[in-house]
Amino acid sequence: MVRRDLVIVGGGPGGMAAAISAYENGIKDILLLERDQYLGGVLNQCVHTGFGIDYFKEILTGPEYAARFIDKIKNISGIEVSLKSIAVKLTNDKAVTFLRPGKLETVRAKAVIMATGCREKTREMIHIQGTRPAGIFSAGLAQKLINIEGLLPGREVVIVGSGDIGLIMARRFTLEGAKVKAIIEIQKESMGLLRNMIQCVEDFDIPVYFNHKISWIYGKDRVEKVSVVKVDDNLNEIPGTLFEIKCDTILMSVGLIPENELIEMAGVRIEGGRTSAPGIFVCGNSLKIYDVVDSVTADSFLTGRLAANYMLS
Amino acid sequence: MFLWRTTKQFKKEIVSLAMTNSSMKTYDVTIIGAGVIGTSIARELSRYRLDTALLEKEEDLAFGVSKSNSGIIHPGTQNPSDSLKGKLCVQGNFLIRKISKELGLDFKEAGELIVSFNEEETKELLRLKEEAEILGVPGLRIVNSAWLRQNEPNLNSEAVCGLYAPTAGIISPYRMVYDLAENAVRNKVEIYTKTKVVNIVRAGKYFEIHASTGMFKSRYLINAAGLFADDISRMLGIDDFKIKPRKGEEFILDKKKENLTRHLIFPLPSKISKGVLIIKTADGNPMIGPTAEEVEDKEDLSTSEAGLNKVLMSVRRMVPAIDEKDIIAYFAGLRPWSGNDFIIRHETKAHGFINVAGIQSPGLTASPAIALMVCDILNKAGLGLKRKFIFHSHHKKTIHLFEIPLSKTKSIIKKDHAYGDIVCRCEMVSAKEIRGAIRRGAGTMDGIKFRTRAQAGRCHGSFCTTRIMKILAEEKNIPLTGVTKRGIGSEIVIEDRANG
Repeated sequence: MVRRDLVIVGGGPGGMAAAISAYENGIKDILLLERDQYLGGVLNQCVHTGFGIDYFKEILTGPEYAARFIDKIKNISGIEVSLKSIAVKLTNDKAVTFLRPGKLETVRAKAVIMATGCREKTREMIHIQGTRPAGIFSAGLAQKLINIEGLLPGREVVIVGSGDIGLIMARRFTLEGAKVKAIIEIQKESMGLLRNMIQCVEDFDIPVYFNHKISWIYGKDRVEKVSVVKVDDNLNEIPGTLFEIKCDTILMSVGLIPENELIEMAGVRIEGGRTSAPGIFVCGNSLKIYDVVDSVTADSFLTGRLAANYMLS
Repeated sequence: MFLWRTTKQFKKEIVSLAMTNSSMKTYDVTIIGAGVIGTSIARELSRYRLDTALLEKEEDLAFGVSKSNSGIIHPGTQNPSDSLKGKLCVQGNFLIRKISKELGLDFKEAGELIVSFNEEETKELLRLKEEAEILGVPGLRIVNSAWLRQNEPNLNSEAVCGLYAPTAGIISPYRMVYDLAENAVRNKVEIYTKTKVVNIVRAGKYFEIHASTGMFKSRYLINAAGLFADDISRMLGIDDFKIKPRKGEEFILDKKKENLTRHLIFPLPSKISKGVLIIKTADGNPMIGPTAEEVEDKEDLSTSEAGLNKVLMSVRRMVPAIDEKDIIAYFAGLRPWSGNDFIIRHETKAHGFINVAGIQSPGLTASPAIALMVCDILNKAGLGLKRKFIFHSHHKKTIHLFEIPLSKTKSIIKKDHAYGDIVCRCEMVSAKEIRGAIRRGAGTMDGIKFRTRAQAGRCHGSFCTTRIMKILAEEKNIPLTGVTKRGIGSEIVIEDRANG
C-alpha cells in the first residue's frame, strides 16, 4: 500500500487552502485528490463577483478567487494534485481508496483532511407534491448548465427557496433573457445574504413571495405550472390563498448539506468541529455550511495547521 | 467479443427499427407492450421458429408499469389458494432463478417476514400460512419473537411472531426487462419503440395493427399493454374488463441505510393490497411503500404529502428507527388492476388474440410463468411451436460497479480504464457503464438511470446531469437540446448558446 503523510480529499477552496496551510506548517508530502478535471470546485461555475472581500480585501469572481490558490499550489512541489480522482472509501485508520481512469488505489496516510464540500437539497428532500417532469433543477445545476456549458434550461422560471445560489440564478436567468416569475420562500425572510437580495432580486424587480410554498407541480413531460399557497407562522397552508404560476422551469434553492458520506460510512463521527478518529480532519462546507467562501478558506487554513501539528507532535 | 456483437446488433435493430417505418413484414406473433410481461413472452417465444414483433409506445422499454415495480420476487403468500395469480407466482418464483442465471440478472433471495403484533393477527398469519401451503409455497414457518429479535434487530420489539417465507427475493425490475429484451433481440425478436397502436383490424387470417409508425400484419396478437390493455382489447370488440389504475407511492432511502432490515418486511395484508412494506432493493437502497389508491387518470404519477405520511406511519409500526431524513427519492406507479385475478386467455371471439391483462402484483414474479402459459395458449390456438436449432439462452452479465467489491473493481479498471472514469459519484457509475447502456438501447436520461443508477442517488443528478447529457449527445449524434428525460417533450434544456 502506498503511504503518504497527508491526503486531502477535495480540491475546492477548502482542500486547496488546507493543502497550502499544511505545507506552510511543515508537511512536505501531500496528496490532493480532486474528482473533477480541474481544481477549484464549485468556484469555477460562480462567474459572478463577491468573492474575496474578507480574505483578499478585493472583489473577485469565483474563477479568479480559485486561480489565486491554484497558481500557488502549482508552484509547491510538495503538493501532488491528482485530478479525475474520486475517493470512494475512507477507513478510521486513515486509508483512502480512490478511483481514477485506469486505476484504483488505496493510500495510507498519517493524517487525512476531508474537504468534500456540500451538495444542494433536492425537491425530494422537502417533499414537494405533484408530478416529476423534466425542468426541475437544483439552482447549482442550472448555474453549471448556463455558465459552464452555455445551455439555457428554460424560459419561464420559478425559484423555490431564497438561498444564495437561487438568488444569484434569478439574476443570471434574467440576464440570459429568461423571465423569472417568482421566488417562493416558505419563511418570512430571505435565507440568502442581504446583498444578494438587493443586487440579484430587487434590482431586477423579481417578485418574492415570503410565507408561501409550492403546493403542487404540474406537467407530464416538462414542467407546465405550479400552484402556490400562503402559509401561516406554523407553516400550515392558509385556505383560499392558492394561485397558479405558469412556468417551464423550477429551480430548487432550499439549502445545502455537508457531504459527509465517506466519514459516516467509516463509522467516524463529527462533533464540535472535530472527528472522533484521531488524524482525520474535516473542513470547509463539509464541516458546516458557510455563507461565503472567505470563511471556508479561513477554516481550512486552520484545519491544515491543526493537521500539521498533529503529524509533527 | 460476445457482448460487443450482441450490443451492436441490439443497437442497430432497436434504433433503426424504431426510426424506419415498418416494412410491412408479416409476423407470426406481435406483442403489444414492452414491460416485464411483454418482454418475458417475447423472450420465451424467441426459442421457437417464429417471426415475432414487440411494440412499445414509449421511447424505451419498461417505461410504463414496470418502471415503478417494487422489485419483489414474491414467494406466493398472500394469494387465495385457488387463484391463477397465486399459482403463477409460485411457479414464477421458481423459474426466475434459472432465467437470472442465464441472463445474469441481479436476483437475490432475501426472505420475507409477515409480522404479527397480537393474537388476532397471529390467527390471520396461520391462515395465510395454510393458504400458501396449499399453493405449494416452500419452506414456510412461524418464527417467534426471540427469533425475530436475533434475525431482524431493527424490528419493533413488540412484534409477537412472524411468518417467514425464505424463497422471497429481490430483483431490479427494469434491468430485468432490458436483459430479457436484449436476449430476445439476440434471438431475432424485433422491437419497435415509439410505436403506439391506434387501431387493430381483422383482415382474413391476419390482424392489421395500425400504429403511429406504420402498419404491422400478424397472425397472432398478444395484448400485454398494461394500463392500456382494456383500450387495446376494445379495438377488437372485447370489452368485458376495465383496467382501473391503482396508484402506489414509494419512497427510497439513502444507500447508507442498506442494512436497515435483513428481510423484506410485510404487515398483514389488507383487502386491497399487501400493505405498506419495508423493501430491500437490488440497488441496495431500502424502499418504503407502496400506498394503494384508486385513481382515474392512467398517467397520474404524482406523489403527495398524504402518501408520505401514510407510508411513514405504517412502516414505523414495524421498524420504528426509519427516519424521514433518509428519504432521497420518491415516485409513484400505477398497478393495472382489473378484478382480483389476472386475465390470461385466448379470445375465441377474435381467434388468435390473447389478452394478458390485469397483471397487478405479483405480476413481476409471475412473468416467466405467464410467458409459458401464453406459449401454451398459442400452441393450443393453432400456432405451431417448433424449437429453433440454435437458441442463445445465455447473456453475459452487465457490469455495475456498485454491485461488486472494490477489489474486483480494481482489476476491471486495470483492464478497461473507462471504468475508472466515474460520472455519477453518489452511485459510483462510470463513463463505461453509461456508454454501454446507451449502446444497448438507452436513448433518454431516464433510460440511462434505470439501467445504470446514474442520477438516482442522493444528489439527484445535480453533479452528473451535464456529463451524462454530453455522453448521450455524443453517442447518439444529437444536439444537447435533443437530450430528453423520457422522450420528446421532456427535453432537459431548450437552447444551446455555446454551439448555436
